[in-house]
Amino acid sequence: MAVKTDTFTPPTGKTGGRGPGRRGAVWPTHVALILAVIIISTPLIFALIKATQASSQVISPNMLPGTSFIDNLSSIWVDAKLGRYMLNSTIVAICVTTGKTILALMAALAFVYFRFPLKGAAFTLVLLSLMLPTEVLIIALFDLVSRDLKWANTFAAIIVPFLASATGTFLFRQHFLNIPTSLADAARIDGCGPLRYLTRILIPMSWNTIGALAVIQFVYAWDQYIWPLVIVQQDEKQVVQVGLRKLIEVGGQTDWGAVMAGAIITMLPPLIVFTLLQEQFSRGFALSEDK
Amino acid sequence: MLKPAQTTANTEANAVFRGTAMPWLFLLPSLLILAVFIYLPALQTLRLAAFKANLILGTERFVGLQNVTELLLSPAYRQVALQTLIFMVLTVSLGLLFSLGLAWLASRPIRGSKYYRLLLIYPYALSPAIAGTLWLFMFNPEIGVVNQLLGSLFSIKPRWLDDPILAFGLVVVAAIWKGLAYNIVFYLASIQNLPGDVMEAAEIDGATPAQVFWRVAFPLLTPITFFLVFTNIISALFDSFALTDILTRGGPYFHNAGITTFLVYQLYQDGFVNFKSGVAAAQAALMLVLVAFITFMQFKVGEKRVHYGG
Repeated sequence: MAVKTDTFTPPTGKTGGRGPGRRGAVWPTHVALILAVIIISTPLIFALIKATQASSQVISPNMLPGTSFIDNLSSIWVDAKLGRYMLNSTIVAICVTTGKTILALMAALAFVYFRFPLKGAAFTLVLLSLMLPTEVLIIALFDLVSRDLKWANTFAAIIVPFLASATGTFLFRQHFLNIPTSLADAARIDGCGPLRYLTRILIPMSWNTIGALAVIQFVYAWDQYIWPLVIVQQDEKQVVQVGLRKLIEVGGQTDWGAVMAGAIITMLPPLIVFTLLQEQFSRGFALSEDK
Repeated sequence: MLKPAQTTANTEANAVFRGTAMPWLFLLPSLLILAVFIYLPALQTLRLAAFKANLILGTERFVGLQNVTELLLSPAYRQVALQTLIFMVLTVSLGLLFSLGLAWLASRPIRGSKYYRLLLIYPYALSPAIAGTLWLFMFNPEIGVVNQLLGSLFSIKPRWLDDPILAFGLVVVAAIWKGLAYNIVFYLASIQNLPGDVMEAAEIDGATPAQVFWRVAFPLLTPITFFLVFTNIISALFDSFALTDILTRGGPYFHNAGITTFLVYQLYQDGFVNFKSGVAAAQAALMLVLVAFITFMQFKVGEKRVHYGG
């Protein structure tokens, strides 16, 4: 885990990015970036404006922010069950993220600090699971979960199948391999068992990797769509992504102001997680860069 | 960087801790979940694909490869496969081109570059379903901002979701827009990790900024580009479901099928709307082969990857 001291910034003109030099020719970059940011943000700005307008303004070309955001939100929070969906998604995403992290840490511990028969086979089994996305297995998975396990319309159905994490196992494994084994040897000689070594030494040394993974796993769990769509039929247990689809469908007339308010609220949790763990996210992925 | 792991479980780490039952105990939860919820359904999918179900009688009849051959001969399914391929090629190539360009510009040491980076990567928090919802409203023929603008400027109001070409283009652009942030995150990290000495040497030797980019930086960025090509292919195959389900419902109809009906959408339609589980399982089996092939290629390319310096 070497620390990169020499980072690179692309050149700004005739002379290099660092040191004295002409600071000219940067305005085209600014123009291009501002243009890109505007284009990328247009759908969101439009959604923000319309989410604050009263329903009479929403259908007009009026582009001024209004004051109806709270009204729009409260109209769907209870009646269209948005509050319920948000709660469900939060529970599911937190359970999946926590479960995946714990299971991946334990699996990586086994792969790095033990030698045992069939280790290669076990590793291949974890690796190959990457080739089998939920979408492809959905027909058989549906039969298994609803008919054999009788889990239809339960949180277990949208949490348990996703608890194993190949990506997490690999990332932790890479990270553990970068930690000097002398540390583990010393711990063992001091009479520390593997589980205590994991909780007392490895986890405190792995916060960046844990944070980076948590971001990815939270967003992944929060964004689940096709599986809850088929396995959950009761609104009481439905997640917010499928809830959005229901908001659009309500009656013949879509209340677009309310739908936009709902879409914005749905964006917030991943944004919050992303903001909180931004540091770890960037650092956690810079690790395996050094060979 | 997140890289595909090596295909071999290396035993370079000494066996620090002893015990044979202990490691299996640590692996048990992961292996159990994988066995029950991934490997078992995968085998089940292959089995289902070989049967034809009769819903009225509730019976199953073994038909071997008949489901698969019927699919491969069906004009509708062929069209869906071709549409998926075109969608994939367009979104992956254009998406990576734009994101690399933007990441490069945002890495330059200019005032406010930090804010530019933030504004370029926040859409990562948007789900495909939210993306579909926003675009559905933006391109609503009557009250969407796009048509209100076009209407007042040129007095035209295209029916975005009813015209096959427009709808297909719309889905492509929406998917590219959705994927930009993810790609920019990885490109930004890679650009910041480029070896500074190599870059400076190029500049001292009098390379123009364009030459520095194409001749020096771009080759150094091939590993991450390969990685992103594969993640974007997978995302074009699977993440497009929520987007098209909300935005176009797989339509509008064109020749033999809805023009924005891609492989997973067709699978969902047959499995959970038309209840043809045998046909749907056959599609799933075909997709298993496809994804296996893509993953295999990823490791093949990954092994051959050139590593420069560092």
